[in-house]
Order: sequence, then C-alpha cells, then structure tokens
Amino acid sequence: MWEFTAVIWSLSALAGFLGALTGLGGGVIVVPALTLLLGVNIKYAIGASLVSVIATSSGAAAAYVREGFSNIRIGMFFEVATTVGAIVGAMLAGCVGTHALAIVFGLVLVQSAYQIMFKAAPESAAPVAPDALASRLRLNGSYPVGGESKSYGVCNVPAGFGMMFGAGALSGLLGIGSGAVKVIAMDRAMRIPFKVSTTTSNFMIGVTAAASAGVYLHRGYIDPRVAMPVMLGVLAGALLGAKVLVRARVRTLRIVFGVVIFALAAEMIVNGLMGRI
Amino acid sequence: MNDRRLENMIGHLLRAGVFLAAAVVLTGGAIYLAHHAFDRAEFHTFAPGGPDLRMASGIVQSAAHFRGEGLIQIGLLLLIATPVLRVMMALLGFALERDRLYSTVSLIVLLILAYSLMFMS
Repeated sequence: MWEFTAVIWSLSALAGFLGALTGLGGGVIVVPALTLLLGVNIKYAIGASLVSVIATSSGAAAAYVREGFSNIRIGMFFEVATTVGAIVGAMLAGCVGTHALAIVFGLVLVQSAYQIMFKAAPESAAPVAPDALASRLRLNGSYPVGGESKSYGVCNVPAGFGMMFGAGALSGLLGIGSGAVKVIAMDRAMRIPFKVSTTTSNFMIGVTAAASAGVYLHRGYIDPRVAMPVMLGVLAGALLGAKVLVRARVRTLRIVFGVVIFALAAEMIVNGLMGRI
Repeated sequence: MNDRRLENMIGHLLRAGVFLAAAVVLTGGAIYLAHHAFDRAEFHTFAPGGPDLRMASGIVQSAAHFRGEGLIQIGLLLLIATPVLRVMMALLGFALERDRLYSTVSLIVLLILAYSLMFMS
C-alpha cells in the first residue's frame, strides 16, 4: 500500500504542475495515469481527479490573484453556467453511456488544439471592441503588461455562456476540471487575453468541480485511499506550476497548452472507442 | 473595498483553506498507513464504500473515532468547502461594494452549489 501511495503521489505532483501551468487542472492527466499505468478503476480515478481539480484551483488562486490576471466578474458570471452544467453532467453520468460523447468531444478538442497552436492571434493585437451585453454586465477589465495596466473588451457573451455550460457538463460527466473548454470559450470565442483566460479558468474550475462533488461522494467515487495521495501530490505540483506561469511567455504557453489538449483529445477518443469512459 | 482587495482576500482565504484541508488529509493518511502500510493495494474493481465514507454524517462519526479514512474524508470535505467559501466571500464583497448585479449572480451560484451538496446529507 505504501508503494502505491508513493507512486500515485509522484504522478499527481507532475499532473498538478502541468495542470496549473496550462489552466487545465490536474484531472485530465491524473485519470489516464491512474487507469492506464496503475490499473485503478476509472470510477476511483474520476473521483480522485475531481478532488485534485479543486486542490489545483484553490491552491494556486492566491498566486494568480497577486499578479492581477484573473477577472472575478467574468469568473462569477460564467460559473452560473458551469455549475448548472456540472450538476446536469454528474446526473447524466449515471444513466447515459458516455462513449459517443467522449469521442465527439475528443474530435472537437483536436480542432481547438490546432487553432491554438497554429492560428494564434498575436498578443499585441488591438483589443476588441466589447459588445453591448458585455458592457452592461461589466465584464471588461484590465491586466498588467510590462508594468502597465492594459484594458480589454469581451465579446460573444451568449456563445461563451453556452460553451461554459458544456464545459460544466463535461466536468460533471468525467470528473475533470475541463479548463481546456473554459479557456477556449474565453480565449477564442470571447476574445479575452490568453493569460486572463487561463488564470480565470483556474479560478473557475474549483467552483465547477464542487458542484458535482456532492454527487460523486454520495456514489462512492471518492475513495480516501486513492484521493489522499492524489490531492497532496497535485497540490504540491500546482503551487510550483503557479510560480512558473507568471514568468512563462504567452507563445510558449500556447504551445504547451496545445500539446496538452492534443494529449487530452487522444485520451478521450481512445477511451471512448474502447468503451472505457 | 474594491475588486483588487476583494480578490486578494479571497485568494488568501482559499490558500489557507487548502492548507488546512491538506494537513487533515495528511494526518488521516499517516494514521491509515500506520495500520495498512503493507496491505495489498487493490483498486481494479469498483465497490462503493459504506455510508461512513459517503455521507457527511457518517464521515464525521468515523473521523471522531480517529479512523484514518474518516479523517481523510473530513479533509476532502474541507477542500470541497473552499470554492463554496470563495463564492460566499465574493457575495459579501459585492454586497459591501453595493454591486447588486454581482451580488445576485454570486447568490445564484451559491444556491446551485447548495443544491448539489444536498446529495450527500
């Protein structure tokens, strides 16, 4: 048992580091690591993953906030969509086969990873004009660039809201933070700067995951013997990852993020085809 | 009270909550491993545990007897509570700013979370 605990802790620390660095949360890396490498039942893996998602989000929050990247109003407004989605997803998980969903979503993610890596808008692009709804909701904000405060606008709010509901449903269905979809909704659809998107996403995934935690605990997916090393490992990795993020360049971040999305896509498609999800 | 100060407070609160949760999980893990270090790890087949690991009341009772698994679950409940606390703090902050729109938005999120957490009571 102690070796099992030590191996899970180490894998989880790595997952937490990558999760914080990319805004994905450690979940998408923890689940395949536990199931494919250690033969842990996917239900235990998903339960521990959900816990790790909360640890990643809350543990790194203070570091992100200090740098002034995250936007609390954007986070709170779209959490209405992600939490409702998470409950719907967690309930659906009990009665719907998820193979098809996993495959379709994997394909969508391949496309998104391609866009992020090869069709990235340059960081110095003129800020977009916010649409009327975003202004009424006061979603527009500013973030630090080279010691100066730079303001940005938000657009396509209804589309973003719909995507956030989908992100929440996926989170509840698979026990992941689905930070990838949240970042795509903010970065691609709503034209929010990438660093603001990733840090706000990291802030949101904890609240989203908490919305399905009650259902998961009740179903027995959260086993203390698996969740303990996962939570402690991910937390250590996430704290380190948050320190590195602030120094990382956006171009590098996009590539890292794109590669991680590709890996996530492959994981979902393979698991879906083999009927493991 | 402005957004920046509010976010800072929330960030520190979250980190404190996570460290507290981690300390409890670590204590529970140490107690568990002290008794089960050389047990075989078998997690291939799924078998949901009893109510002492799945329901809030059962977890509290198990932890009160200083059982390692119960203490870990208490730590995880604390962890699950941190995002809930974050929404509560945001609600308080927006109310102090007299921001009606975002007080309402925060309250809606809080009610959704309360609904979902009722499953384990």
